[in-house]
Formats: sequence, structure tokens, C-alpha cells
Amino acid sequence: MSCFLTNSSVGKKLVMSVTGCFLVLFILFHMSMNLTVLFSREAYNLVCEFLGANWYALAATVVLAGGVAVHFIYAFILTLDNYRARGKQRYAVTVQEKGVSWASKNMLVLGIIVVLGLALHLVHFWSKMQLVEVLHSQFAMGVDANGAELTFHPANGALLMAFTFSKWYNVVLYLVWFAALWFHLTHGVWSMFQSAGFANDTWYPRLKCVANVVATLIFLGFAVVAVVCFFKSSDFIAEMVNWTPGL
Amino acid sequence: MNFKLKIWRQKDAKSKGEFKTYEVKNISADTSFLEMLDILNNDLVHAGEEPVAFDHDCREGICGMCSLHINGHAHGPSQAVTTCQMYMRKFKDGSTITIEPWRSAAFPVIKDLVVNRGAYDEILQAGGFVSVRTNSVPDGNAIPIPKADADESMDAASCVGCGACAATCKNGSAMLFVAARVSSLAKLPQGRVEGARRAKAMVAKMDELGFGNCTNTGACQAQCPKQVSIAHIARLNREFLAAKLQD
Amino acid sequence: MAYKLDAKTPAGELAQKWSNHKAAIKVVSPANKRKLDIIVVGTGLGGASAAASLGELGYNVKIFCISDSPRRAHSIAAQGGINAAKNYQNDNDSIYRLFYDTIKGGDYRAREANVYRLAEVSNLIIDQCVAQGVPFAREYGGLLANRSFGGAQVSRTFYARGQTGQQLLLGAYAALNKEIAAGSVKSYPRHEMLDIVVEDGEAKGIIARNLVTGEIERHGAHAVVIATGGYGNVFFLSTNAMGSNGSAAFQCYRKGAGFANPCFTQIHPTCIPIHGTQQSKLTLMSESLRNDGRIWVPKKKEDVEAIRKGTKMPSQIAEEDRDYYLERRYPAFGNLVPRDVASRAAKERCDAGFGVNETGLAVFLDFKTAIERLGKEIIKQRYGNLFDMYEEITDVNPYEQPMQIYPAVHYTMGGIWVDYNLMTTIPGLYAIGEANFSDHGANRLGASALMQGLADGYFVLPYTIGDYLSKKIQAPKVSTDTPAFAEAEKAVKDKIAKLFAIKGNQSVDDIHKRLGNIMWDNVGMARTEESLKKAITEIQALRKEFWSDLKLVGTEDSFNVELEKALRLVDYLELGELMARDALNREESCGGHFRSEHQTEDGEALRHDDKFAYASVWEYKGMDVEPEMTKEVLDYEFVHRAQRNYKD
Repeated sequence: MSCFLTNSSVGKKLVMSVTGCFLVLFILFHMSMNLTVLFSREAYNLVCEFLGANWYALAATVVLAGGVAVHFIYAFILTLDNYRARGKQRYAVTVQEKGVSWASKNMLVLGIIVVLGLALHLVHFWSKMQLVEVLHSQFAMGVDANGAELTFHPANGALLMAFTFSKWYNVVLYLVWFAALWFHLTHGVWSMFQSAGFANDTWYPRLKCVANVVATLIFLGFAVVAVVCFFKSSDFIAEMVNWTPGL
Repeated sequence: MNFKLKIWRQKDAKSKGEFKTYEVKNISADTSFLEMLDILNNDLVHAGEEPVAFDHDCREGICGMCSLHINGHAHGPSQAVTTCQMYMRKFKDGSTITIEPWRSAAFPVIKDLVVNRGAYDEILQAGGFVSVRTNSVPDGNAIPIPKADADESMDAASCVGCGACAATCKNGSAMLFVAARVSSLAKLPQGRVEGARRAKAMVAKMDELGFGNCTNTGACQAQCPKQVSIAHIARLNREFLAAKLQD
Repeated sequence: MAYKLDAKTPAGELAQKWSNHKAAIKVVSPANKRKLDIIVVGTGLGGASAAASLGELGYNVKIFCISDSPRRAHSIAAQGGINAAKNYQNDNDSIYRLFYDTIKGGDYRAREANVYRLAEVSNLIIDQCVAQGVPFAREYGGLLANRSFGGAQVSRTFYARGQTGQQLLLGAYAALNKEIAAGSVKSYPRHEMLDIVVEDGEAKGIIARNLVTGEIERHGAHAVVIATGGYGNVFFLSTNAMGSNGSAAFQCYRKGAGFANPCFTQIHPTCIPIHGTQQSKLTLMSESLRNDGRIWVPKKKEDVEAIRKGTKMPSQIAEEDRDYYLERRYPAFGNLVPRDVASRAAKERCDAGFGVNETGLAVFLDFKTAIERLGKEIIKQRYGNLFDMYEEITDVNPYEQPMQIYPAVHYTMGGIWVDYNLMTTIPGLYAIGEANFSDHGANRLGASALMQGLADGYFVLPYTIGDYLSKKIQAPKVSTDTPAFAEAEKAVKDKIAKLFAIKGNQSVDDIHKRLGNIMWDNVGMARTEESLKKAITEIQALRKEFWSDLKLVGTEDSFNVELEKALRLVDYLELGELMARDALNREESCGGHFRSEHQTEDGEALRHDDKFAYASVWEYKGMDVEPEMTKEVLDYEFVHRAQRNYKD
């Protein structure tokens, strides 16, 4: 099995399928983690602490980053192949075929939006949390709503979240990101079964239903946190501003 | 009925083509699309012009020779028929109809609307057969085959090799065509024997010939005149991956 | 000089002839096979199966087809099925019964030994196709299913939905692909054979035109096999594919191969009626529809009028006002009489004024009774794709209103004369499948064309060709650099140049349509001395017109469909006349050949075995010269010739 994952179309698609599956699982985990912030900021921070600069969290981060990178690079390779295969002369008239989803034909564009959102997200959160810990800084710097300098512990995710989503434009940006992710997943989730060979006519409706449910759950799970944080930002900030780690 | 036809004209493989506009008048609604082109061609001959070259043969929807991308649809806007089975009653009187050849890097244009689909033959030559010699076979009833399997094999075998799948796929992928053959033989005990070898050889040839990668849009199945299901693509993926994992 | 025809029919008991013959003929050793080249022209069931089998044996094979892929050959359009004497249904079928049905169906104008061999190898074909992965219909127990078909009282037809021809061809094409991959067969798609090269009285190769570049190519071989199907497109409108043509066979005839029984044309009873003058071809509805469909016309003229005007729907005609004329005339076989009988009966009713569409040339094929008996679901399972196709074409839903059908030209039983080895009168030149004349006599039974194509290609030719090639093992590679090749190439180029030089006013289709009308009106379902003489005169005049008034556009050195069609029409214009001459000579009615002067009191075909129990084999003498006819007398040793009876 030396190289079918890199030199055959079906193998490359398997890589997309497996990395995609891994990313979906990660996103589901991330979403459930986020949801705890709605019930207990303390609990959320406990998870943040747990996922700090430990070896296992770091290892997981590297694997995760690898997954994203592979998924992303393969997407470009596949798209480039496909562009070539389509030929130089394009159709003058094209239509949206019946039963073909818009998302399925725009996975790369959606993926790019997702990645751009991810970059923003890393700047907003990861660079102020895990990265700070890796760099052995004790506290991350931020600026509060009034422009006053703010320092907090890198594991104080709840505070950072409340702080980030206190700004409406961040909420909007994140919602756009989640929407792109929703579209991407409505095709991606059933498609990963197809690419791995686990699908048939009986299961298509079921798999597509699962894909829609998963995509929608993920969208709602993330969106509700951002929206709630926006409306309750001052409460949450007040609650968490003086939090110190318990571990 | 009267129509304005925007038709791709291209002298030969090396020339650059362009759209030319023609008019046809007094076409009966019961005329088939290709008969309408026959009428245009006869008029062109009388006018001393070269008729429009297009592939066609049986005109019963079974030989797979006819092609044509009509108003953005492979084989025209009707579902589940080939171009030769399209009738002019499906078009609006007075409308403009755009007719293009298959566009795919692996199907170069030979002239006007005629393309070279030899790549499909090459893929089948790579492994789309059962290696049995004439006369060295057991009785036809020696191996019972469940009716459901025979029926599913027949579903896949109904592929006419017209090229609509690769022509319509935004990725120029021939997966539905390859899958139809692989799947049809995989469902039968006679074909199972060399199933692994077949899947690997045919996918490798498909990739080598410059067809694109399947991204599961399902556009092929939507445009397939024989409604071959993408479930066969899932089976091809399964066959190929299982074979590769055993290497 | 008349032919000295030797059919080379082996002696002995009918059932032993083929075995004896196989034992007697020579074989070629593997080492020698590698040195021998064979050209196969045509990639239908006959050509593909022959090329694949010959390739497997070790010969070097070149295969030519006019379409872009071997898989497009018109065998693919056969819908209903393929016969074999397996007796899987336990209905007392046997090789003898299949043989007898075929001989009788052909109205006793086929060669006994050939037909028996066909029946004998029929079973092997099914086994072969199953092993190739042809998805035949199966029963719930997993075993092969059968259906019944016209002209037989047993269920012996194997089928793959309504796409049997397609599936069998894909099987043969796959076998061919296997050999192409192995390097033993080289494929030349988009190539048309324009002449056969004969040197020292033997076939040595062909002249072919590359249809993409227009290049004229020479190909040499130790033997040439013609598998190019029939010539039904003489009629312009037929169920044949647009590209199907008789030109390869006709070139053989020009170069000295005898052409046998050209007038035997099968008119298929269940086609969709003609809708107008712009039509390009006729669509066949599978004969299998007659298993459950009932054919009728109204009994009363006023009902006919009302239906034509559209004031009454066919479904409104009461049961007692319907004339199920096949059931009435042929109680034993009913709607399952052979094709020629069903076609003529439809014509008889329409001629009597009971035709049900505006042209008066249509009868009903009704599924009402079957739907009531079996339910719509079962009918849908059996014929769903055919019903959909019918609705797509006619805009009428056949589940609610009966289909309209009318006979159309479908198959040509006549073709190049071959002996028992399938060799023509030119040594080294073979003809198989529909291109030859051998097995169907004056009428072919349903589901027998596929059987013959595959029988010839898989199980007969690969053996018999060895007998000839065994004499060629010392022969060097055939050189194409000889006067014979040069002459043939020049003749082809001159012919093309001559066509371009006419610069007249009529397109190829204009003239072809006129030829088609002459043929259909005068050499169609019913022929008379008068109509045939008229046809000959008219065709001769039309041929002159063609050579003086053809308008041909484009160039010879490019992809030029008009040129392809013109070259084929050149041959049709002579072949049409040959058909009429043959029909004129045959003063009897048999099978698909119906001379109105020769019928029984009930209007059935009346044979004259005392005078016409022979195959008429024609020899070319020049374009405007009357051909010479030689008779191959058909001795019936084993079957008693009787008046065909489908009544009881």
C-alpha cells in the first residue's frame, strides 16, 4: 500500500475522507466543550487548563494541525487535477443539475472560507491560550471594552470568549464562518462515507440526513455560544475577570 | 416550430472553434432532436456549406454514440434519455438552443460536435472483462446467482458508454463509467474472481488518461441517460481500497 | 461464368455432421498461428466474438469498425433475447426442436446442416456469455430465466431486460478488449472498409478509409472476415442504425463473391408508425411485447374513423367491437406468430381500411388484458423501459391507451453466400452473422439473430478458418505493396474523386429517401411482377440521376460524413436493383418475400418447392449489366417441407 494514497484518485479521496472524518469528530468535541461555558464558566476553564501546554494536548494539537493541513493540501491537489481534467475549453452554458447540491460543487470555496475563519479563530483564541503557555508566558495581554489593559491567565478561556464575543463584528464573522462550515459539512459528512466505499442507494437518504443533522448541530452548538456570549458578555467578564487556575 | 441554433463549429482537432448561429423553420413537434439537425444539415448541403458533424447511430438510445451538450445539459434537458431520444416538443417554440460538444480534457474534439471517446475503450481494455477463453466455461446454470445480485449487476451494465458522466462532471471524472463496469462484474461470481485486479487496473488507467477525481457531486447520475447510480461508485471505491489494502 | 457452388455440407446423420466435420478439418499449430494475420471487418456480435476467439487462439487479428468504439455496433440494439435449446423450462425443448422451428420459421429456404449446427452450438453460447459476466435475467432460485418468443411454442429465450443485444455485445466487446490488451488484436475504430483486395483469386486484404483523417489505408492479411451486418438501410427508413450499411458486403460482391437471396428482407411487425416526412429512422418495439400485448384493429369502419379524428379514444372501443385478427386467424400461435406472418396480417388489415392513425398505417398493441390479469406492476417490471421509450417518442401513455405499431424493415436474411465453413466464393474471404445468408432462410425467428452472430463468431469460424489457414502456414506476411493493392486503392480514390466532381444539386439524403420510397412501395411487404419491374427501371433512372446530379460538400481528406453516406448510397443504388431482380426471379412467396401473385386462398404465403427450393446466388457483372444467377439447390434430407401452419 505504498503510495495509492498519493497517486490514485480513489486513494486521494480516501485521505480526504479520513481527515475530514477526523476533523468532524474534533469539531464535535470542540463544540461540546464550548457548550459547557453556557452552564459553568468555571467548568469551561477547567477544560481549558486540561488542554494547556501538556504533552498530550500538544500532541493532539499537532495531529489536529496535521489533519487540517493534509485535508487542505489534498483539496488543492485534487482541485488542480480536476481543473486540468475539465480541459481548456469550458462550456458556454452550464446549469445546476437536479438533485445536485450547491455545496457539493463549491467545496473548495467553502473550505477556504472555513480556513480563513480558522485563522481568525487561532488569532483570537489559540494564540492567547495554548501558544502563550507553550512560550512560558504566565499571562496573556488583552484590552478591555474601555481600552484599559487587561491581563488574564491563558487558561481563562471563558473570559477570553466573553471578551471576544462582546464585539458584534466578531459575532457576525463567526456566524458567517459557521454557515460556511454548515454547507461544507452537509456535503462532506455523507461524502466521506461514499469516498470510503460505505454507501449505497438505501443508505444515501440516511447518510444525507445524518450529514444535515450533524452540520446543523455543529452550526447551532457554536452559534448559540457566540450569541449568548454576546448578550451576556458583561456578566461573564465580571464573573471571570479575577479567576485563577485551580489545578 | 422555429428555432435558433447556436452550434459549436470546429474544423478539426487542431483548429480553434467558435459558435455559429443557424435558424431552422417549420419543425414538427414530433421531430427528434437529431432529425432536426438532419434537416439543418440538408439545408446546409444545399447551400453548399459543410454540414454540422455530430455522432449518432442507433437513434434508439442504446448504442451510446450520440452526445451533445444542449442548453447546459448532457443529452439535453430531458431526464434519463440520450440525445437521440429527445423530441422537439420539449423545447419552446422560437427559443435559442445552444449545442456544444462534450468538454473534457480526455475527450478532445475531432470536428464540430464530435469528440474522441477512445479513452473509455482504453479503460475497459485495462480490465473491464472476465478472463475466460471461448469454450472453457461451465454450464450457464452451474452457479446460481441471487436474482437481486443479477438485477443490480444489470443496473450497472445498462451503461452505454456515451461519456455524459465525464462530460458533465465539473471535475471531468469518469468514475461513474468505470464504476458501472467494475460494479456490474463485482456483483457476479464470474466477475468476482479477478475483482481486485480489475478495480486497480481500471482506476489506474482512468487516472493515467487524465480524468479528474470524483467529488461526489452526483451530477453524473443526474445526467446519465441510463440513470446509473453513484452507489456503484461507492462499490468501486470499496473494491479498490480493499484491493489496495491487501497489497 | 456461373459459379460452381460447393456448400461443403458434410455427409452423415444431421446430428453428427458438425462433429464429423470438425474432426475432418485441419488445425493450425500454435507456432504457426502466430505467423498468420486475419482481418475482421465489423465489431457486432459476429465480428467481436470472432476477433476475440481468433485472438485467443493466437492469430494476429486486426478489427475495423466505422463507429468510435467497437461497442456501438448495431447488435447492441437487439432487445428481446437469444434462443438456446437448453430446455431449462422442461417444456420438451431440444436441439432438434430449435432446429426445426428455425427451418420452418425460415419457410424451408435455409440449409439444413447449417441450421442444425446453429441449434447445436446455441447452448454453448449461453454458457459462454454467463461466464463472461452477462447479467441474464434470473429466477429467485438463482437460475436463468426464459421467456417465449414469436414462432416458438416453448420458452427458450434468454434475456437481459430489454437490452439483451447490448449485454451480449458488451460481453463480446469485453472479450475483444481482453485480446486487445493482450496484443493479439489491434483495433481500428472510425475506419471504413471501402474495398476488398483479391490477388491470385484469394482475399488478401482490404482498403480502408480513416474516417477522421480521410486517409486511404492498405491492410493485408491471410484471411478476411466480413461481419458488417445487413443492408436494410437500402429502404432509408428501417430499424437499423443510421450507420448500418451494406457496402462492405457489396464490395465483396463486386469483387466476385456471390450474393445470395438478396430479396429476403424481414419486415418487423412491432415498430412505431411513421409520423412524417422528416423522419430519419424507425424505432422497433421489442417483439417480446407480443407475449402480453394483444394486437387488434376496430371491427367497424366508423370506429376507425372516430379514432383517426380523435373523437374516440381506443380504450373506449368495446371488447366485442375489436378484431384481434392474429388470434382470429392463427388460434394456435395467436399474437406469437412469426414476424413475417404478423407483418403481413397488419398490412392486410390496413389495406382493408382498418389502419388506426391518420396515415391509415397502424394497428393497436394493447396491454389492457395483461394489466388486468397481472397488474400494472408486473407489466412495468417486464416492459417498463419499452413503455417509457414509447411514451417519450409518441407522447402517449401505453399503460392507458394501446400502443400503435406498424411493420418496418428490420433484418436482411440475404447476404454473402457462404459454404458450411462460412467461406464465400472467394477463397480466404469469410462472412459471418447477418452479413451472410446461411441460417435464416426466407424469414428469421425472433431471438435468433444474436444466436447466429455469436455462434458464427465464437464456435464456428474459429474452427473452420483454420482449415483454410492451414494451407497458408508457409505463406509470408501479405505485402500491401502489390499491383492488386495499388489498383484497389486507386479505384477507391477515383470513385471518391468522381463523386466530388459531379457538382450537382441533390444531397445524398434527397436521393436516398427517393430510393427508400421506391423500395418500400415496390420491393416491400408485398411484391408483384409489375412493381418489381417498375422498381428496377426507377432505380436505374435514379442511379443515373445520382451520378449526374449529386451535390457533395466538404473534402476527401477530412472527417466528412456526407462522403461516407455518398459512398454507401452508391452501393445501395445497385443493391436495391439486385434485390428487386432477385424478388422478380423468385416467383413464389416464402417467409419475408411475399409475391402477391402467389398466395393461398386465405392469403398465406404460397411456396413452390418444385421450382424454387434453392438459394439464388448472384454474380456481379458490372454496374449496368444484368448479374448472373446460380442456384444452390437446397436438398432437404431430414425435414419434410410443409405449408407453414400457425393455425393449429
